Amino acid sequence: MTEKLSVQEIILRLQKYWAAQGCMLMQAYDTEKGAGTMSPYTFLRAIGPEPWNAAYVEPSRRPADGRYGENPNRLYQHHQFQVIMKPSPENIQELYLNSLKELGINPLEHDIRFVEDNWENPSMGCAGVGWEVWLDGMEITQFTYFQIVGGLEMDPVASEITYGLERLSSYIQNVNSVFDLEWSDDVLYGDIFKEPEYEHSKYSFEVSDQEMLLKHFNEYEHEAKRLLDQSLVHPAYDYILKCSHTFNLLDARGAVSVTERAGYLSRIRNLARRVAKEFVAARKRRGFPLIKDEKKRQELLKDETEEK
Amino acid sequence: MANNFLLEIGLEEIPAHVVTPSINQLKKRATDFLKAQRITFANIKTFSTPRRLALYITDLADKQPDIDKSVKGPAKKIAQDADGNWTKAAVGFSRGQGATTDDITFKDVKGTQYVFVEKHIAGKPVDEILTGMKNVITAMTFPTMMKWGNYSFEYVRPIKWLVALLNDQVVPFKILDVTTDRITSGHRFLGKDVELANADEYEEKLTEQFVVADADKRKEMITKQIQKIAQDNNWKINLDPDLLEEVNNLVEWPTAFAGKFDDKYLKIPDEVLITSMKDHQRFFYVTDQEGKLLPHFVSVRNGNDYDLQNVVQGNEKVLTARLEDAMFFYQEDQKKSIADYVERLKKVSFHDKISTMYDKMQRVQVISHYFGQLFGLSDDQLKDLKRAAEIYKFDLVTGMVGEFAELQGVMGEKYALLNGESEAVAKAISEHYMPISANGDLPQSDIGSILAIADKLDSILTFFAAGMIPSGSNDPYALRRQATGIVRIVSNKNWKFDLTSTLNKVIELQKQQNVAPDLDMSGQISAIDDFVKDRIKQFLDDLGIRYDISDAVTSGSHTNIVFNIASGKALQNHSDDRDFKEVIESLTRVQRIAKKGSFSSDDLTVDPSLFENDSEKALHDAVAKAADGYTSLTAEADFERLAGLKDEINTYFDATMIMAKDEKLKNNRLRQLTMIANMIMFLGDLDKLVVKG
Repeated sequence: MTEKLSVQEIILRLQKYWAAQGCMLMQAYDTEKGAGTMSPYTFLRAIGPEPWNAAYVEPSRRPADGRYGENPNRLYQHHQFQVIMKPSPENIQELYLNSLKELGINPLEHDIRFVEDNWENPSMGCAGVGWEVWLDGMEITQFTYFQIVGGLEMDPVASEITYGLERLSSYIQNVNSVFDLEWSDDVLYGDIFKEPEYEHSKYSFEVSDQEMLLKHFNEYEHEAKRLLDQSLVHPAYDYILKCSHTFNLLDARGAVSVTERAGYLSRIRNLARRVAKEFVAARKRRGFPLIKDEKKRQELLKDETEEK
Repeated sequence: MANNFLLEIGLEEIPAHVVTPSINQLKKRATDFLKAQRITFANIKTFSTPRRLALYITDLADKQPDIDKSVKGPAKKIAQDADGNWTKAAVGFSRGQGATTDDITFKDVKGTQYVFVEKHIAGKPVDEILTGMKNVITAMTFPTMMKWGNYSFEYVRPIKWLVALLNDQVVPFKILDVTTDRITSGHRFLGKDVELANADEYEEKLTEQFVVADADKRKEMITKQIQKIAQDNNWKINLDPDLLEEVNNLVEWPTAFAGKFDDKYLKIPDEVLITSMKDHQRFFYVTDQEGKLLPHFVSVRNGNDYDLQNVVQGNEKVLTARLEDAMFFYQEDQKKSIADYVERLKKVSFHDKISTMYDKMQRVQVISHYFGQLFGLSDDQLKDLKRAAEIYKFDLVTGMVGEFAELQGVMGEKYALLNGESEAVAKAISEHYMPISANGDLPQSDIGSILAIADKLDSILTFFAAGMIPSGSNDPYALRRQATGIVRIVSNKNWKFDLTSTLNKVIELQKQQNVAPDLDMSGQISAIDDFVKDRIKQFLDDLGIRYDISDAVTSGSHTNIVFNIASGKALQNHSDDRDFKEVIESLTRVQRIAKKGSFSSDDLTVDPSLFENDSEKALHDAVAKAADGYTSLTAEADFERLAGLKDEINTYFDATMIMAKDEKLKNNRLRQLTMIANMIMFLGDLDKLVVKG
């Protein structure tokens, strides 16, 4: 059986491993979001021709998944370990499998499978092709080749690896409830998160002020549009994230019907599409500084002047 | 020596459901390619796993056969000038044929001399031809395609390696940056890369590397392993063919194993347990010999039995977490009453442009009650139908359906029974979703069938009225499937109703009872009529009814699904009659001439005092007889009555000038013909039939 690693040790090993593969270690982004993908370090950076390799832990809030801290596997907030590499390396699957070995998971002692799971986030105008990775029947990772982000086709294609840290840790530590996980050597996950889980669930399902949330959603949307009109990409993106999280809160409260969902999602999607375009335009204006191949950089910049 | 060729495409894991169609496609493309290239071969054997698609082609010809042919060029007088010198035309032609003017001969074609070149085309050797397999590979199409890295090329998954071996020689070509080689890859964890000396040792070498490349062999292994587990434990395991196919395409080296879960979860309904095991985990469920579900499952590992216990425990843990969730929902859901759930449906939108789910149920109560009376349900049945229509969507807001959406209806039935609803009501709740697919099972009970058509008709009515009408491939709410469902259900139950008048009636009733949505539904009736007609046409096409017949019976004067279908069948049956052509010609002649008048149906009194010849009276009497009770007969009987008018019609036309100068006479005759034409249109627009001599 595998060596018992604390959650923080798992994070440290993954960081060390992916840093060695050329990823920058970024920090979690400070606006609420439903998934690591929505961090600007993935969503925005996946767009456009510039290379980008990054890894980071992202606390991800999903109000509707809250269970008052009573369900052993469902959480209002869980932690994703996100790896984004663009262009996707030729050996990305092997890189991933080696990362599991770093965590003491020897493939020969387990059943590891890549099961088709084409990822889609319609509200952000994103679609990708890939797998969920199963470790002895448990989905521990989402593995995606982005095809479209913010409504834009990927060129080059970014690969995204999202480890579900709680799931993975539960497996490694062989516990049945995430709250029994050892975060560090002497503090349990439950000691840190059980109370916020309860409170956030209570808030999301029972206490949140629908009127206020609806008002905020409209205001955030308005602000995002205003900022987009002024090409203030990053502040605009923050407000889009706020729209998304506010929608998730409304949804958890049961304030959004199945069919109304479509309307809200399309409003967020329209913002995501606009910010995606604005981001590429802004990077162009900067001259795509992350492209180190000067000839290619000049070509890409030339293309643009011709387009205009 | 026989030429054997091995082609292998190594890929990152292909989706399980794509493996078999893809290998079939590859085989077909390769076969077509070799045929087009005139390379004969004995056999193509296929190999497929999640990570590879391969063909082993035996006994290929050494080369294409040579071709000898004479190629005709320009006429001699164009090929040579007056002095006998070759013109540009002649030089160009011969060069185009890879020859020179020295090779030109003249031959006589219908009295004119033409230039000819005798051409010998040497067949290309097979190894050269096989480099064209590159295009066979790149031309493949898949349901979902993807790009990767810096490439714009799209494929099912990234291509990792290529093997192309003709006997012991690599056939060179390159796709993106992958060049063909003789090295294949073994099992991802158990095997390693292996060099193939020749094409023939492919399967054997891969077996050594823990890959069973032959999909049929692999499936047989899995089947035997599972059967052995069943036998050892005295279990029954239903080897669901779809699940077996999927599992087979998730593994390269299968090892079946059994796991268990706690007895306490058996309290959860079987459907939930089976969905958790089969759909979510790709497990086979296990029963005893009597078919009772047992707390065990069987799964298949992609690997050998090394440390198998880890795998068993891991899978048990995952399943337990899922069942724990299901158990939680099952218990929580039972703490609330159906009335609580129905109340919550007031806040759940059916569609934001239409209404809430609760309001939909209100409308469906009206529609289903109308149908219930129309189709002669008993008072008890009407009571159950009313109750079912009041609550039938309640399970949508239960926790279980929130978690397992595919169990909608199924859970409704379970929870209804637990809440003391009658079996008929409970059954109707699960049946109202049927048919779930184009050829899916139909509801069996009368109540379930009526609820199903009422629910679907309401969706069609309201979505049309809200402007969300399917067009082309755009049918996000699957309204076509719902209309097809209605056609299939009423056809199955043989329930006759006139569509237009029914729609008018239920809209009126909804308005009376204040449950109509704030939408113009009446304005959509004719569009819905056309929409349903298209589905009837499709239904008849699927029955193998001639296209013109299905067209005719859906172009008549009224839409009554059961009657229209019966008309189609009746016409199809009679289309081989000896006098079918004559009958149709007589009837359509009536239809065409009747169009010259425009009389409403209450203005069709024929005045016998205006008759000028016997044939008019004969036809008049015959029509009066045929019309008696006509609209309440079967389509078959109606057709026979119409066919019986043939002789009278023909005699009538021979003896009577319809478009008489005297307006009175003319109108009297047109009224007579219109009467017949209306009877014809009741059956269908027979003028659409194609009757060939």
